[in-house]
Parts: sequence; C-alpha cells; structure tokens
Amino acid sequence: MSAGLLSVRGLALTVPGRTLCSDVAFDANAGECWVLVGPNGAGKTTLLSTLAGLRAPAAGTITVRGENLRTIAPRARALALGLLPQDTVDAFPATAFEIALAGRHPHVPRWQPESASDHASAHAALAAVGMSDTAMRNVQTLSGGERRRVALAMLLAQDPLVLLLDEPTNHLDIAHEVRALDLLARMARDQGKVVIMALHDLALAARYATHAILLGCERVEAGPAMNLLTAERLSALYGQPLVAVPHPRGTAFLPA
Amino acid sequence: MRRFSPLAVLVLLAGFAAAAVVFALAAGSVPVRMPAVWNAMTGDATDTASAVVRELRWPRAMAAFAVGGLLAVAGALMQVLLRNPLADPYVLGLSGGAACGALGAMLIGATALVTPAAFGGAIVSSMLVFGLARGDGAWSATRLLLTGVVVAAGWGALIMLLLATAPEAQVRGMLFWLIGDLASSTHGGIALATLVVLLLLTLPLARDATLLARGDVTAASLGVPVRPLTIALHGLAALATAIAVTVAGSVGFVGLVVPHAVRLLIGNDQRWLVPASALAGGALLVFADTLARTIIAPAQLPVGVLTALAGVPVFLWLLRRSG
Repeated sequence: MSAGLLSVRGLALTVPGRTLCSDVAFDANAGECWVLVGPNGAGKTTLLSTLAGLRAPAAGTITVRGENLRTIAPRARALALGLLPQDTVDAFPATAFEIALAGRHPHVPRWQPESASDHASAHAALAAVGMSDTAMRNVQTLSGGERRRVALAMLLAQDPLVLLLDEPTNHLDIAHEVRALDLLARMARDQGKVVIMALHDLALAARYATHAILLGCERVEAGPAMNLLTAERLSALYGQPLVAVPHPRGTAFLPA
Repeated sequence: MRRFSPLAVLVLLAGFAAAAVVFALAAGSVPVRMPAVWNAMTGDATDTASAVVRELRWPRAMAAFAVGGLLAVAGALMQVLLRNPLADPYVLGLSGGAACGALGAMLIGATALVTPAAFGGAIVSSMLVFGLARGDGAWSATRLLLTGVVVAAGWGALIMLLLATAPEAQVRGMLFWLIGDLASSTHGGIALATLVVLLLLTLPLARDATLLARGDVTAASLGVPVRPLTIALHGLAALATAIAVTVAGSVGFVGLVVPHAVRLLIGNDQRWLVPASALAGGALLVFADTLARTIIAPAQLPVGVLTALAGVPVFLWLLRRSG
C-alpha cells in the first residue's frame, strides 16, 4: 500500500513489564478522522504520544509526509504533528490568549517575537472554541471545561497537519462536545488535516469517525470505521456485550 | 487579568535599581550628600567620604545587586522547572549545598576551590530535586516542601559537622555562610559578570522555558527539546546559586519573592520575567543591604536576616493560596 500523510508500519509499544501492542500498521490520509477506542489501560495515551513523536516505539517506524519521526527535527515535527494531552498543567497565572499564542511556538523564529499574524491565529483559535470573551481571563479561574477548550485552542493555533487528541471532550458538556468534534471533523474535511483522537463515548466515536483503531489487549485493528465500529467487534473489544441502536446521525452503542 | 507593558516595567525596575544604588552610596554611618556622591564617583576626590563611597559602598552595592539578581533568576528558573511558584534555591536546599561545599573547601584551606565546591554542592541539590521529579505534572507543594526540608536538613547537619570540627578562630567567620551577609563580600565584579553571562545564556532559551511551565508533554509537542533544556536550566540555576552563595552566603527568599512579584505585573513569559527579575532582585537586595547596615548603625545586621524576615510571611501566604 502507498504511504499516507501519517504512515505506521510494524509498530510495537511496550511499557515496563508489558507489551501493549505489536505489529500495528495503518495509513492516515488528509481529510480522515480517526477514532481510537479501547478499554482502560490498553495504551491509547501511549499510542498517541508515540504518534506525536514524544516517545520512541519498541519497534516499527512512523513517518509523516515520508519523514521518519525518529530523525525529524523537533520544530519540523511540531509543524507536522500536534498533541492535545489528556491533562494540561496550569501552574502559573496566564491568560487564555497567552496560552493560545504559545501554540504558535513552532511557527515563530527563535530570535523574533510573535508576529501580528500569530496574534490573529491565536484569536481565531479562541473564537473557534467559543472563548473569545474570556481571552483575557486568567485560566486558573476558569472551569475545567473552559480550560479544556483553551487547551484545544492552543492546538488549533499550532495548526499542525496531524492533530492528535487524547480524550478531547474531557470536562466538556454535551453541547461543547458536539461543537468541538464538529470543528475537528470540519478541519479534517475542509482543510485536509488528519485527526486522530481517543474517545470513550462510542456514540460520538461512531458519529464522527471515518476510520477507527480498536486498541485491544490482545490485538489491534485499524481501518474504515464502518467495518470496525460494530456491536460485535466492540463487545469483544471491551468484554462487555453491547447492542447497536441506530439513530438518524449514526449509531449509539448501549450495554446489552 | 491586569497586565502592564513588560517594557515599561523593565524601564521602571531599572530606575528602581539605580535609585537603590544611589541610596546605598549615600546612606550609612557617614552620611554623604548627593553632590558629594556624584563627585566621589566621577571625580578623583580624595577625602574620607569619597573613599568610603568609592571603596566600601560601591563594591558592596555591586555585590548586593549581583547576588540579588542571580538569586532572583535562579528562583524564576526553578519555579518553571518545578512548575510551582514556591520553588526557590534556598527553599530547595541549593543554597545549603553551595554553603556546605564552600565551607568544606575553606576548612581544608583550599581557597581556590571555594567556588567550584559551592557549585558542586548546589549541583548535588539540583540533581536530588531533578531525580525526584517524575512525570509531567506540577510539583505539589507538599512534595516540594518535603524535598526542600529534607535536603536542607541534610546540608544543615553537614554544615554543623564542619563547624564542630573547625578550629575555634575560624567559626565566627564561617557562621556568615549560614545567614547571608554582604559585610565581608569581595568578588562583586565576578558576581556581576556571572549575572550578565547568565542572562545571555538564559534569554535565548526563555521562550522554550515558558512552554516548559505548561508541562513536559505540551512543551515537547510544540517542538521544545525538553530534556536538554531541563538539564541546561538546572545547571544555570545551580551556577547562579553557587556564585551568589560564594559572594554573600545563604541569602534566603529573594528567589521566591522577586519572580512572584514580577509575575503579578507582567505574567510568566520568561523572555521578560528573567531580565525583570534580575533587575528587581538586584534592586531589592541593594536596598535591603543598605537597610541592614543602617537600621541599627553603627552595628550591622546580616542582610539574610532581613530577607528571611520579609520572605517567610510571603512564602506562607503563597503556600496558603496554593492550597
């Protein structure tokens, strides 16, 4: 098969004392929205940080636009791949705008300050997550969901080709969940981004995924969502019988 | 959130620093009036007052400025590295390590080794702190304080051991290392040069350092080389602390109070915070040292007494806010 924008071959992940998965292979191309599902502790976070180039895989290669992640320069890597971690740290007072602007880091030359266009990108990112009105507020005074949206704005301002998101809907209410995922799906479709996100909510997964990665304890499957997000496979993945309940915009999965 | 223009704050702090130095030159057991200070510094007046200003007060003010600046920058760096505004070279035992190293070198009579030994002591403390750091999160106040208390207790015990075995005549001179004192400080020039070099080395890393405060994972995904940067910043903080301690002993809390106050004004962007902390720390210590030598004149207080008396309430207030 031809290599995609993000290409994974023979990938194995280990954590001390245990192998999480081995021989993972898939190609993610522009416009695709990949959803990563699997039980607690299966290694979703580890897989995402490996794809982001933040840890070395035990085996296998990851390439982005044909460049091996092991040899790519950190700045070039940050332009190609961005990660929204599961938890973010707000140890010091900072405004939402300052945080969004920090996402421009890989775009700003070392000896220069952020340009007017960097400022505009940061403002646009905050607007996209509905945080324009709180741009000058100290994030330490914001709610968990609002902080999550600021963290998402930082990733949007970074504007990488591949957006990796570890449970982006954490702390969000149902309306903001849908808004955030609509935004990500639109970015994939209209701007040719690749979105890869770990999600726990299977109804949202089924609604937005074009492709899926099922990260199980024994095996890993990756491919088009319609083949993988089925009651049968998901029941096996979680060891919990599930039934598919069709609804107008996808499928909900409920415990059987 | 209220923010002031960083450039304006920097200019203002430079003004404060200049005012503090002028105050330091004029005030003392021999008060010198402004025109005389000016003459002493610019002309070649040979009277006693001019000699006092030029040969005693000026070097001491320079040493105070350099030590204050070094400690404030070290504090700013440690706070980013540990992601906790309570971090400070004194609280975390870097000063204790440096003092212990310096004392050990003095005791064996190796005066040339005082600075390297102080650096060694500070580095041992940073390595303990660095080695205990794990994961991505901010250091909890509990973890930070426990580490600091234990490391500082260890150095305290070693220092007591050194003092107990030191010859009687040396003990009084050595006690000054325990609480900072600028009365007998020399090497102000070296400290000032170190401060300049430290700023030149830190500023190119400052934007990356700001991102480090947002967690290792976030920083790394934005292209920051986290591990080399962390090691470099720990090294720079240890170096700054070692030079400060060699010049003035363990002056506490400057590294805690100054970056915090500056951060309230201009935020945590290290590109501004580091130079502004250097100026504010320098100005503060020049001012504090002038107070220390005039407040009960002709007797002199060690400046570390004043910084600790002012710093402890600030520390407790910060601790209360950090929950």
